[in-house]
Amino acid sequence: MMNNPTRHRQIVGFLLVAIALAALPWAAGLLGNSWVRILNVALLYVMLALGLNIVVGFAGLLDLGYIAFYAVGAYVYALLASPHLTDNFEVIAALFPDGLHVSIWLLIPLSALVAALFGVLLGAPTLRLRGDYLAIVTLGFGEIIRLFLNNLNAPLNITNGPQGINMIEPVHIAGVRFSRTVDVFGFDVPALHLYYYLFLALTLVIIVVCMRLQHSRIGRAWTAIRDDEIAAKAMGINTRNMKLLAFALGASFGGVAGAMFSAFQGFVSPESFGLMESIIVLCMVVLGGMGHIPGVILGAVLLAGFPEMLRQVVTPIQEFMFGTVLVDAEIIRSLIYGFTMVLVMLYRPKGLWPQRKGRAAASREVS
Amino acid sequence: MDIFAQQIINGLVLGSIYALVALGYTMVYGVLGLINFAHGEVVMVGAMVAFSAITFFMGVFPETPGWILFLVGVLCAVPVCMLTSFTIERFAYRPLRNAPRLAPLISAIGVSIILQTLAMIIWGRNYLIFPTTLPTDPIILHTFAPNPEADYERTVSITPVQILIICVSAALMFALTYTINKTRLGKAMRATSENTQIASLMGINPNTVIAATFVIGAALAGIAGVMVATNYSVAHFYMGFLPGLKAFTAAVLGGIGNIYGAMLGGLVLGIVESLGAGYLGQLTGGFLGSHYQDIFAFAVLILVLTLRPSGLLGEKVSDRA
Repeated sequence: MMNNPTRHRQIVGFLLVAIALAALPWAAGLLGNSWVRILNVALLYVMLALGLNIVVGFAGLLDLGYIAFYAVGAYVYALLASPHLTDNFEVIAALFPDGLHVSIWLLIPLSALVAALFGVLLGAPTLRLRGDYLAIVTLGFGEIIRLFLNNLNAPLNITNGPQGINMIEPVHIAGVRFSRTVDVFGFDVPALHLYYYLFLALTLVIIVVCMRLQHSRIGRAWTAIRDDEIAAKAMGINTRNMKLLAFALGASFGGVAGAMFSAFQGFVSPESFGLMESIIVLCMVVLGGMGHIPGVILGAVLLAGFPEMLRQVVTPIQEFMFGTVLVDAEIIRSLIYGFTMVLVMLYRPKGLWPQRKGRAAASREVS
Repeated sequence: MDIFAQQIINGLVLGSIYALVALGYTMVYGVLGLINFAHGEVVMVGAMVAFSAITFFMGVFPETPGWILFLVGVLCAVPVCMLTSFTIERFAYRPLRNAPRLAPLISAIGVSIILQTLAMIIWGRNYLIFPTTLPTDPIILHTFAPNPEADYERTVSITPVQILIICVSAALMFALTYTINKTRLGKAMRATSENTQIASLMGINPNTVIAATFVIGAALAGIAGVMVATNYSVAHFYMGFLPGLKAFTAAVLGGIGNIYGAMLGGLVLGIVESLGAGYLGQLTGGFLGSHYQDIFAFAVLILVLTLRPSGLLGEKVSDRA
C-alpha cells in the first residue's frame, strides 16, 4: 500500500513536522537564548500535562497534588547527582569516594519508578474516593510532600530544607556533558539545544506510550471507569488495579519530567513544587481538552509559552509607555490561569481541541 | 500537664475559627453537593477589607477605641464577603449546576486563583501588619511555676482576643442553629438540601435559597477572617488557603452536609492539631518537630475519608465516598 497517496501525504507531513521540530530551537535561538529556554520549559510542561492527562483525562480521577511526583523525580535526580549526600553522610562518602555520579540511563528509570511508587502510595488509600473528595485528598498529599521536602533537613539533612539542593550535575550522555557548547560535525550545538533534543525525545516517547495506552485494553478500561465506575466494575474490569495503574503511570511521567527539570536547572528547592504548579498543569489539561492527547499538548504549549511571551513583551511595553512596570507579568499570568479555568468550564467544558465524538466512545465527560 | 492545658486553649481558639469556616463549606455542600473551593479566599477577603477599613478609620479618627475599630472592620468586611460570595455563586457556579461534577470544582479553583491575584493587585504581595485593635496581653489563668514571669513556658494563659474568638464563634453558631431550625429561610434551606426539585414544587425558589446559603456562609467566613487577622496580627493574600483547606477537613471530619458536624469537626481538628504540634517532638523523639503541624489536618482528612467517609456525625454521603 506504499503507493497510496494518503500514505504518501502522511509520510511527507511527518517529515515536515520532524524537520520543523528539529529546527525550532535554532529559529528560537535567533531571538535569543531565553526563547530556547522557554521551549525547554514548555516541553517539560508537555510531559507533565500528558502524565496528568492519564489520571484526569483518561481515568477521570481529579488529582490536585500532581506536582508532588514532579518533586519526587526532581529530588531523586538531585540527590543522586549532586555532592549533597556525600557531603552530609559519611557512610555514603565512604562508599563513593569519587562522589555520586549516577548515569542518566539509571536515573531516568529510577525517578520514574520512585514517582510511580509514590503514585501507588497516594492511590491506595484513596481508591474508594471519587471526584471532589479525591481532589482534596490529593491536594493534601501534594502539600505533605512539599512540607517534608521543606523540613527534612533536621535532624538528618536529607533534602537540605528550604535552601534546596544545588550543584546538581548536568546530564552527560556517552561522554557528552550538557553544560557547554558541543561540537557536532563542525556545528556548534549549545547546551540548551542539547537539552531541547533530549526533552523532545522523552516527550515523543511519552506521547507514543500515551497513544498506545489510550487505544489499548487498559485505555478502554480507564474510559469505562471514568464514564461509570459501577458499570465498569460490573463488566469485569478490575477497577482497583486500573486506578492504581493510572496513578502509577501518570506519576512516573511526572517523575521523569522532574528529573529532567532538576538536571536542566542545576538546582531544586521545595518552592518550585507548590500547589500553584499543580493547578497550572491541571489548567493545561483542562484548556486543551481532557483525555485528548493533541489537545493536552496544545494546552501545555499555550499555557507554558503564552505567559512567558507576555513576560517578554508586556514588561518592555509598559516600561516604554509608562516608564515603570505597572502590572507585573506574574500577576497577568495568574489571572490568565484563573480565568482560563472558569471560562473554559463555562463555555467550552471539553477544551479547545476536544476529542471527536464516536471514536473510542469518549462521548461522555468526566463525571 | 502545663503544655496540655495551654494547647487545649489554643486548640479551642483554632477550632472555633475552623468551625466557622467549615460551616460555610458544609452548608453549601448540603444544598448543592459542591465543594466551594473558593470559600477559603472569602476568609482572606474579609481580613483584607477589615485591614483597609481599620487603617482608614484610624487615619481619620485616631482617637477611636480599639473595640470600635474592630467592629468597623467586621462591619465593612462582612458585606464585601457576602457580595463576593454572591457574585461567585451567580457567575461561576450557577451556570454549571447541571454540568458534570468536576466542572464546578475546576471553575471553583479558577475563582480561587482569581481572588488571590486580585487581592495581590489591591493589597500587594507582602505581609501586612494587621492593626492591633484589642488588648493582646495574655491573662495568666494558672501557673505551674513558682515565678511566672521568669518561667513563661509553664503557665496557662489566654489573650482577650482569644476569648473574643471563642465567644463570638459560639454566639454565631447559636444564631446559625436558630436560623436553620426556626426560621422560614432555614426551613427552606433544609428542604432544598433534602430534595431541590420537590422543594421547588413546594414554592421554594432554589436559586434564592442557594444564594442565601452562600451569603450566610460568606458572612461567617468574613468574621472568621477578621478574627484570624486580629489574633495573628498579619494579613496576606495567601492567608485563606490553608485555613480553608483545614476547615474543609473539619467539615469532612464532622460529616459534610451536617452543620453540627462542622462545629464538632472544627473543634476536634483544632484541638488535635494543637496537641499534635505540642507533643509531636516528644512522640517521635525529636525527629518531627512542631513545624509539621500542618500535616495533621491532611493526615486526619485521609484517615477519615478512608476509615469513616461519612464523618463523625454524617449520614447520607454513602454515594459520595
